[in-house]
Amino acid sequence: MNASTRSGLDSGSGTLRPCSPPPAARDKDIGPIRALSAFLVAALAAFVLILAGPARAQDHAALVQRFATESFNDIAGAVNGLATSGSPRAAPVIEALRDGRLVYRAGDRQVFIRRPDNSFVNALTGEPAADVGTTRPVRLNNNVRRAIDAAVGALSLLHPDPARRTSAAEAVFKSRDSAALAALDAAIGQERDPRIRKLMEEARAAVVVANPQAAEADRIAAIGIIQRRGDQDALAMLGSLPATTPPLVREAAESAAVGIRRTLAVWEAGQNVWHGISLGSVLLLAAIGLAITFGVMGVINMAHGEMVMIGAYTTFVVQQTIRTVAPGLMDVSLFIALPMAFLVAGAIGVAIERLIIRHLYGRALETLLATWGVSLVLQQAVRTWFGPTNREVTTPSWMSGSIEIGHLAITANRLAIIVFAIIVFAALLLFLKRTPFGLQTRAVTQNRRMAGAMGIRTNWVDAFTFGLGSGIAGLAGVALSQIDNVSPNLGQAYIIDSFMVVVFGGVGNLWGTLVAAMTLGIANKFLEPYAGAVLGKILLLVFIILFIQKRPRGLFALKGRAVE
Amino acid sequence: MLIDPMETQLPADPVKAIERPQVVTQSLLYLDGVSVSFDGFRAINNLSLIIAPGEMRAIIGPNGAGKTTMMDIITGKTKPDAGDVIFDGQVDLTQLDETAIANLGIGRKFQKPTVFEMHTVEDNIEMAVKADRTVFGTLFSRHSAEIWRRVDELLGIVRLGDHRKRLAGDLSHGQKQWLEIGMLLAQDPKLLLVDEPAAGMTDVETGATAELLKDIARTHSVVVVEHDMGFIRELGVKVTCLHEGSVLAEGSLDQVSADERVIEVYLGR
Amino acid sequence: MMLTRFLFERIDRGGWVFLVLLGLAAVLVPVLNLAVPPGSMFHVSNTAVGLWGKYMTYALLAIAVDLVWGYCGILSLGHGAFFALGGYAMGMYLMLQIGPRGVYAHPTLPDFMVFLNWTELPVAWWGFSSFPYAMLMVALVPGLLAFVFGWFAFRSRVTGVYLSIITQALTYALMLAFFRNDMGFGGNNGLTDFKDILGFNIQSQTTRAVLFSLSVLALMAGYLVARAIVTSKAGKIIIAIRDAEPRTRFLGYRVENFKLFVWTVSAVMAGIAGALYVPQVGIINPSEFSPANSIEAIVWVAVGGRGTLVGAALGAGLVNFAKSWFTGAFPQGWLFALGGLFIFVTLFLPKGILGTFTDWWKRRGESRKPPTASPASQPAE
Repeated sequence: MNASTRSGLDSGSGTLRPCSPPPAARDKDIGPIRALSAFLVAALAAFVLILAGPARAQDHAALVQRFATESFNDIAGAVNGLATSGSPRAAPVIEALRDGRLVYRAGDRQVFIRRPDNSFVNALTGEPAADVGTTRPVRLNNNVRRAIDAAVGALSLLHPDPARRTSAAEAVFKSRDSAALAALDAAIGQERDPRIRKLMEEARAAVVVANPQAAEADRIAAIGIIQRRGDQDALAMLGSLPATTPPLVREAAESAAVGIRRTLAVWEAGQNVWHGISLGSVLLLAAIGLAITFGVMGVINMAHGEMVMIGAYTTFVVQQTIRTVAPGLMDVSLFIALPMAFLVAGAIGVAIERLIIRHLYGRALETLLATWGVSLVLQQAVRTWFGPTNREVTTPSWMSGSIEIGHLAITANRLAIIVFAIIVFAALLLFLKRTPFGLQTRAVTQNRRMAGAMGIRTNWVDAFTFGLGSGIAGLAGVALSQIDNVSPNLGQAYIIDSFMVVVFGGVGNLWGTLVAAMTLGIANKFLEPYAGAVLGKILLLVFIILFIQKRPRGLFALKGRAVE
Repeated sequence: MLIDPMETQLPADPVKAIERPQVVTQSLLYLDGVSVSFDGFRAINNLSLIIAPGEMRAIIGPNGAGKTTMMDIITGKTKPDAGDVIFDGQVDLTQLDETAIANLGIGRKFQKPTVFEMHTVEDNIEMAVKADRTVFGTLFSRHSAEIWRRVDELLGIVRLGDHRKRLAGDLSHGQKQWLEIGMLLAQDPKLLLVDEPAAGMTDVETGATAELLKDIARTHSVVVVEHDMGFIRELGVKVTCLHEGSVLAEGSLDQVSADERVIEVYLGR
Repeated sequence: MMLTRFLFERIDRGGWVFLVLLGLAAVLVPVLNLAVPPGSMFHVSNTAVGLWGKYMTYALLAIAVDLVWGYCGILSLGHGAFFALGGYAMGMYLMLQIGPRGVYAHPTLPDFMVFLNWTELPVAWWGFSSFPYAMLMVALVPGLLAFVFGWFAFRSRVTGVYLSIITQALTYALMLAFFRNDMGFGGNNGLTDFKDILGFNIQSQTTRAVLFSLSVLALMAGYLVARAIVTSKAGKIIIAIRDAEPRTRFLGYRVENFKLFVWTVSAVMAGIAGALYVPQVGIINPSEFSPANSIEAIVWVAVGGRGTLVGAALGAGLVNFAKSWFTGAFPQGWLFALGGLFIFVTLFLPKGILGTFTDWWKRRGESRKPPTASPASQPAE
């Protein structure tokens, strides 16, 4: 396959993806080449239907006949002619030619299309043709293929579906084929959608920049348009000017490329921040419950990760039930799973506190060991019950797909989790600040003995806090079920990171947890490109180990005599 | 001074080179303009206090006056936000940590008696007796008759000779207080900071404790924090009254307790 | 002479029983394995020698953990890291002993390096073909890591659960690092396919019996060193730090130095245990760094009785024996049992088996005869 066709196909796959994939295809690629060709066929067919008109039949017949030749130049000419003819039969013919399914009978110069089932249709009329006899395929070379691509592009540039026009413009931008110039000009004149018109103008600029025959001033003006586009494709375009480009144009292209790189770096940083916030909100969800129990009771709950895991499995069970009882509710399944997960994990948390932790009061290290024991039991219980393999949790349709802001790709499920994390954080903050229970909890956090002396039932506060912390872990589990594998080991994957967040943020202050989660999330994403995912994580762990030496009680620590 | 200067580990010369006024160099402990606050609450506010060598001083003051925080600052547990804390006329205590300060010769008895509960009474004293305190020194230390003579002597002073083999955790509250005083003496410090030595003691024990402290004060400088006015009267020493982190009044007990502001602070307004 | 004085003054009765039993095992097990024919009822099977040898190295690890946790109050959730580092040092020596007998028959490079298209030995591997150097590294690498880590941690007074959590982060970070191929330690697969050690075939039953005896001797030595530390005056201070750290500081002791000392000694001990473990099991891979392994070592000590040394070793043996039995009989049940064990011991047996037994024994003795002096240090009276 020649280079220009390849790049045309790649550009197709590159532009197809951002515009909402089918819901089933979450984070997966549907074979880009197949998708593109399917799309082209559909595009051409639709085009044909719209422009169908008897007046052009005559014209069409002559053009089709021109394919019955051995001369590549004639064939290419026929393609160009057919493409601009506006004939309804143009698309299937060009399509067949591209796939090597266009044949002709040498005797009467009749042209046929061979269908995939090896039957034939008349290229002129589209009617089935029986008993075709011996035929020869219409030959292809690179020149012809280029002509085909341009033709396909030109046909799509006028397509009524905006998405098709968009990709057609993108394809021209990639191929920079001067043959498309006429079609582009025509399309720009008609285009109503400003975004698509901009794309077409950019494509036109690309054609002009790459065209050695264009005037220097035009080419430099075109470079300006391309710089304003400012993405990786623009950069690639400017970087691949032919060797014969005059120095003035080359200089303009280089300075434009520098400008693009600068803006792209900003966008990339923005993308990293976004991914970091996304990771940070996951960490926040996983760690915030831990921070509460650690702050109030001074104990580390090693089974916290298992509470998250139980939340995820609750989601699975809720969805299973919905699937059998009321399939129509699938889209709201997460809203049913949330309170369920909170209650299930919270109840287990209260049970753990009442049965075990209560008896270990004041012995933080023993509590750590006992809760580790609990985590082993819970993990093994889930493994026995649900099996050791991943369980599939469905993503509701409203959480699929993505939107683009500038050069930022924002996936709906990540966005939903960030919003959810903020809601949980805010609710918790309000709860602790505005309710009597919150007041008691904060009192116990700051000075347990004094709070006890003031008549606060600290053991009751402990149980409730532990339930609350575990319940929030359950909520985190629902969120994590949307982005991670639901397996018995789910909790283990997050527990150490959660510890790091708590240790980094300090206890007794939810804002510390928020800042720590976001800092670690963003730092992780910024380190990843340079150090790789694993090394980045190691660097962060080392950083926290060093940080804790400087501030042994975290970023936002309580001070004063009560601390000791 | 009766006590030999003690070998200590100091970090690179804590401001020794600075020429200090006579009032500083002749005092044993010199606090000037010391302030510290926790999350906006000023626990110590521009506190100044001078203890002369060989002096015994009683510190009184209502709850929250900053008595314990002051001790925390002197012993290096808390770093002041501002002010000078000079020991022995030359050493800047704010630059040192608890261990270095302890080795300089400042011993402390805590408000809540703190002894090593899993060790026997005699082991508690033995660990406190002045000796090599390095890791390898203690690791390879041999049984020393001299040290154990000192332990016997101290056990006699604090009247715990009969209990020497018991675990310190099994002692009564008063006995723990005495054990801690014994440990303090074993350190042989230049300055003893004694926080509420009579708390939780019977009247007889309180009297005995006062006698013991007076005895100790003959050879050491002592700062006593106490609530019990009877106890302070028995000591018969200069009294400093703290309030809201600074000195309210200073003088004999009679002078201080006649001070109107002191009365106001204690009786409420 | 000093040693005999030490043995008679500082080893208690339980310690003697422990040492004598271990000494007997070191001699009898190899004899019963090698000299007694397999049919005899006194024969010790090859599997048993391998299994018990492994338990001995675990027991040494348990003593190392007990030294820091039971006596100094430092709950390390990362001692598995020191164990694994010692293991890796030994594994690197064993890898280089394979020489040209690897699958790729490269004269110097281990197979995995040939597979990664490396052409020369990474710097970290230099010198590991020398046994004395490798043995030095077995002690030095864990010791140095512990020293640096402890120097920072103890100086800035990181204590309690914070310390536990960062020790866990330490071993977790090491696990992630060792999983990477470009670290140069065999990635996921780790180091394996060892051929011989000091020229002796590592598969031969004689070598394995000798390794068993060496493990027992290392355990005895580890016990004696730990016992020497905890019965010294430094030992009293270490326990004092566990019970009342600030008070120890106000007495003028440099708490961080004492902690650093036991911490480093303990890490070296764990490293030696790891080095003996690797030739007996024939493999070392990054999963040895997994936080779960370190926590499992904690439960051995908790079950046996922390602050007892002998109990820690006993606990390691008992728990691992139970694990072997469970994985044979109820593979699903082991994690339930282990989890339950954690909960049971912390709730109902805080002093562990040996601690509870000793208490009971003392009470029994006290009710029989008038109170006598405890066998603590001797005053000059």
